[in-house]
Amino acid sequence: MIDAVKHIQSRTVVLPTRDIDTDQIIPARFLTSTSREGFGKALFFDLRFDADGNPDPAFPLNAAAAAGCEILVAGKNFGCGSSREHAPWAMLDFGIRAVISTEIADIFRNNSLKNGLLPIVVDNDTHEWLLANPGVELKIDVVASTLTLPDGKVLTFPIDGFARHCLVEGIDQLGFLRTQLDSIEKFEGSRSWMP
Amino acid sequence: MGNAQTLFEKVWADHVVVAESADTPAVLYIDLHLIHEVTTPQAFSLLAQLGLPVRRPDLTLATMDHSTPTTPVSTFMDLEVVGDSAARQIRQMEANCKQFGVDLLGFDSEHRGIVHVIGPELGATQPGKTIVCGDSHTSTHGAFGALAFGIGTTEVGHVLATQCLLQRKPKTLAIDVLGHLPSGVSSKDLILAIIGEIGVDGGTGHVIEYRGEAIRSMDMEARMTICNMSIEAGARAGMIAPDDTTFAYLEGRQRAPQGGDWDAAVLRWRALTSDDGAGFDKSVTIAADRLRPMVTFGTNPGMVIAVDEPVPDANDDASFRKALDYMQVTPGKPLTETSVDVVFIGSCTNSRLSDLQQAAAVVEGNRVAAGVRMLVVPGSQQIKKEAEALGLDRVFVEAGAEWRESGCSMCLGMNGDTVPSGQLCVSTSNRNFEGRQGIGARTVLASPMTAAASAVAGRVADPRQFL
Repeated sequence: MIDAVKHIQSRTVVLPTRDIDTDQIIPARFLTSTSREGFGKALFFDLRFDADGNPDPAFPLNAAAAAGCEILVAGKNFGCGSSREHAPWAMLDFGIRAVISTEIADIFRNNSLKNGLLPIVVDNDTHEWLLANPGVELKIDVVASTLTLPDGKVLTFPIDGFARHCLVEGIDQLGFLRTQLDSIEKFEGSRSWMP
Repeated sequence: MGNAQTLFEKVWADHVVVAESADTPAVLYIDLHLIHEVTTPQAFSLLAQLGLPVRRPDLTLATMDHSTPTTPVSTFMDLEVVGDSAARQIRQMEANCKQFGVDLLGFDSEHRGIVHVIGPELGATQPGKTIVCGDSHTSTHGAFGALAFGIGTTEVGHVLATQCLLQRKPKTLAIDVLGHLPSGVSSKDLILAIIGEIGVDGGTGHVIEYRGEAIRSMDMEARMTICNMSIEAGARAGMIAPDDTTFAYLEGRQRAPQGGDWDAAVLRWRALTSDDGAGFDKSVTIAADRLRPMVTFGTNPGMVIAVDEPVPDANDDASFRKALDYMQVTPGKPLTETSVDVVFIGSCTNSRLSDLQQAAAVVEGNRVAAGVRMLVVPGSQQIKKEAEALGLDRVFVEAGAEWRESGCSMCLGMNGDTVPSGQLCVSTSNRNFEGRQGIGARTVLASPMTAAASAVAGRVADPRQFL
């Protein structure tokens, strides 16, 4: 159901602020859609545009150099707050395929992995360097779980084995869950109490 | 003590359909799936596309709260929904529930309300259950000793189709709250102080269990406020072991077990405590006795101080400085010098009867200050009715506040209730994020007592002056 994600190679765009929450990634007023398409327009809307709808030239994603960047480097604790899956949908629709930080909030990380957006946690030193050097070219190998820096240094990033398998093979997790239906029925029949 | 288990571990183990391995996460059974109009349409579309039914509509409870208006009207059917897309979303929810056979507590139901308010109110939220919802504040239900957490829309689809989720087992964090809360200090102040202490990412990857004297002596509504904001510390969930207070709250409620089933359930629920010697991955201790009313000064719930404390300095921290600039607050000065434009009493954090009573006690006999708009939004239609029976609506209206229909309202700006740009709102909700209550809105999170005191004073105020 999702496109397989094996390799990403791109320059970075950097948002150094800590604790960027999902309300900033996509404000609630854009959540009234009943489809999952087209949320890229709303990505970081109140940061990208001023009150009159004009792009804020100081916002990094509006810079000419940010065009086509598929890797976002963000401050610590990216994606905190609401469970809205519209946040990774908006990022992917905008063209961002990976987000790098020292910490990524739980629900956002789960939602991202289910849609082919790659959350990557790196150590403090690497993070500091990436924050200080926007626009560098990085290579991500999902199969090997490695991030290659411009100087050739290769870092391994943590990723749940099952999530990686699903990303690399483009496997839909609902399909996998449905193969467990016999076990689910058996569980329901054997409980000591019923909800 | 090798077999000693935490409360979380007991509930988790009771729901494992297929154990996790290095290769695959656990298949975890879900006892109650709460759904609302904003995070379900894409999941229902997927089911329709795949030709799948909702597997257990009997374990699915639906309502509408997020994009629904709260403007007072004679009947719900007359409510005017803000914007075409919100109206479409609401109609889509009605159509989806009808098509898939899910009971919807919609506009024609006297049980409609905020999803995290009505679950407990109906007695559907029970100790030992696994509860999920496409909403991060699902952690609220952990106050009953349930394992309850927020999920995204893809996972909503998983639960609709299979009643299960693929999950890795989280870690555990014990928070022991010693002593008792002083007068004028509520559970909202305590949870804000906890988030200030451990940080907005202090709970990431963990399920919190709140314990200790201060928690034990709280009623269920106060406990729900605590568990509700677990997600604001980044936690997967927050839990409190059930006790006689929990059972007394649930007994006789519509969806709670009845008769002989009730006795059997209570017997089972009494075992839902962390065993002596059970190990937690982390633990934190907080002293309740010295807590003061708390207010946030920045743009996340961890940026919090006592109401009479000065705003801290940003030093050379750019993220911190950005938050102070957005909030237009000055380091070194307490917030009590800050004037207030809007006061919001409501949200899944603080919209229950006791919250409204605490706020009403402060405003009774006073007037909302000139130039301040005060909005009071009960969490459910039932709470609205109970509050009106007690005359709380008259207390608020006579003081100059607005009394509304139930809903998420001004907690998040997507239903018509918003804070205008640049204005400062003292809010009993859960998030002071930039733009959360409206574009450019400045939010100060506080307890219902502090919010009500601020409405009367026209500036951020210490509620202890009104007691």
